[in-house]
Amino acid sequence: MEETLIPYAGVVTEITGQTPDVKTFRVEAPSGGKLFEHEPGQCAMLSVPGISEAMISITSSPTNKAFMEFSVKKCGCLTDWLHSMEEGQMITVRGPYGRPFPVDTELKGKNLLFIAGGIGLAPLRSVINYVRDNRADYGHVDIVYGSRSKEDLVYYKEIVEEWMTAEDFTVHLTIDREQENWSGHVGFVPNYVKELGFKPENTCVLLCGPPIMIKFTLPGLIELGFDKTQIFTTMELRMKCGIGKCGRCNIGNKYVCKDGPVFRFDQLDELPDEY
Amino acid sequence: MKKLSLAQLYDFFAAVAKNQALYCPVNNETGKAEYKKWSEGVTLSDQLNTLRSAKDFFFPQTENLMEFKMAGKKIDVIDTREECEDFVIFGVRACDAASFDILDRVYLTDPVDSYYKNRREHGTVITLACSRPAETCFCGTFGIDAADPKGDITVWALEDGYAFRANTAKGEALMATCANLFEETDDQAVTAEQEKTREILAKLPLANLSTEGVGQGLTKELFDRPEWAALSEACLGCGTCTFVCPTCQCYDIRDFDTGHGIQRFRCWDSCMYSDFTKMAHGNPRVSQLERFRQRFMHKLVYFPDNNDGIFGCVGCGRCLARCPISMNIVKVMKTLAKGGDK
Repeated sequence: MEETLIPYAGVVTEITGQTPDVKTFRVEAPSGGKLFEHEPGQCAMLSVPGISEAMISITSSPTNKAFMEFSVKKCGCLTDWLHSMEEGQMITVRGPYGRPFPVDTELKGKNLLFIAGGIGLAPLRSVINYVRDNRADYGHVDIVYGSRSKEDLVYYKEIVEEWMTAEDFTVHLTIDREQENWSGHVGFVPNYVKELGFKPENTCVLLCGPPIMIKFTLPGLIELGFDKTQIFTTMELRMKCGIGKCGRCNIGNKYVCKDGPVFRFDQLDELPDEY
Repeated sequence: MKKLSLAQLYDFFAAVAKNQALYCPVNNETGKAEYKKWSEGVTLSDQLNTLRSAKDFFFPQTENLMEFKMAGKKIDVIDTREECEDFVIFGVRACDAASFDILDRVYLTDPVDSYYKNRREHGTVITLACSRPAETCFCGTFGIDAADPKGDITVWALEDGYAFRANTAKGEALMATCANLFEETDDQAVTAEQEKTREILAKLPLANLSTEGVGQGLTKELFDRPEWAALSEACLGCGTCTFVCPTCQCYDIRDFDTGHGIQRFRCWDSCMYSDFTKMAHGNPRVSQLERFRQRFMHKLVYFPDNNDGIFGCVGCGRCLARCPISMNIVKVMKTLAKGGDK
């Protein structure tokens, strides 16, 4: 009988440093290929047996048929261990978990505005690359991405080489403070979004970043005329099971692991403010 | 309806225990009832209910889930699941039997928890109707009838023997294995016993406890109620309520290095604990107020929201008897039902 709590062993075939505290891990099945299929925005439980297990968003696009990728910030005991790993080592993976971004329904045919801060770009990257690979199904793509410094921008190479050159993609980068070698925009994401002044017509927003960024970006979007039904985000709370049974990732009557992690802001309004 | 004489109860136990493990409430050395494996000479407890609930049979306090062998860079995932052996629990009260339905809604909902399902499929539940419900009992509040509990077989203790009624095919099959012990009887004695029990139930101090003011769809009304502060003020966060609760089903998953590999196990956890929701980047429930509120909102609002209005409490009264600061779900329900602008 199937048991979702029992993970697959996967091989970490490539580790890429993104920022001083973020690395991207490419994971493949021991016999090659992906461990399982997923949809953009879904997550998986990564574990190093004996250390711990944690829910991490799958940052690679489902259109990538060769491998899965996870971008992990070093901030706890499992992530410390992952950061000390070498290529060729195994970890365990189970999933996919959660409801994805509605790429086939609500987002289809829309202009897409991605707004991310720091490691918050990781779950959105899956959607961004999915959209690139299904370009005809979506309208114009704007990406507003900010981080503390140039060094803290994840996927910088991919952003510059692939997203900035993609058809009908506009990328707006910003960093918190002036620094050498940076001629781009300086300032916080919420202000930059307002300065750029996006139009709400036929547009959906995908917003992910630190809570403080979301808190200040949301009112800006509302001021620009966006409705909460157009704005999606993805949440993260502590999880053990990933399937709505261990009882800890709930916000009111919703479990982030199975009812989320993707929520629309009007849906979040229905839930108690406890996240 | 079938019947055994008083003396034959242990003949029935012996017949059952010949083929599978039989568990029943037995008084321990401190005089408290706990479920123990029955063998010849063991006496059924005379107490109303066990100190701990019966959930352990299907959702044990700890259980191994799987193992990992680590060799160099390689990890082998070892599925250690085994088919559970058949077992019988005798003497489960109506409240605890109802708690199994609640646990089923969590663990048998897709994706099914195979560990729980395995035990559930192999366990036969024999309930025992209550004849002396206690002052802390309020199962009736949640529509549970202590005089007519569910289970695979229902048993009533009568003056001159025990009446048995099989409710499921599993129950019928078990009774068929010792059909020679039983004689046919009519419902009269049971009906009289039920009436007596229901008379007692009606006079209990919590007989009129109602679910008015709590339930499905009331998150917005109840979440920010100021009374949570006073209700939770003295809570020690000890987790005793979750430990003795037959419906508390939250768990933790942890790894243990055996020296020969890694054993991944799960164990009961409690939303009353400060690290339950703690993450690298913070904690959504930093205060005991928030944790206390979570426990009761879950049982009285969130669970009903997701389960056709069914409450996550069966009124067994264990938390009333065990909480070191005498706080409990009854006080919470009464407080929330009072006042508050609706």
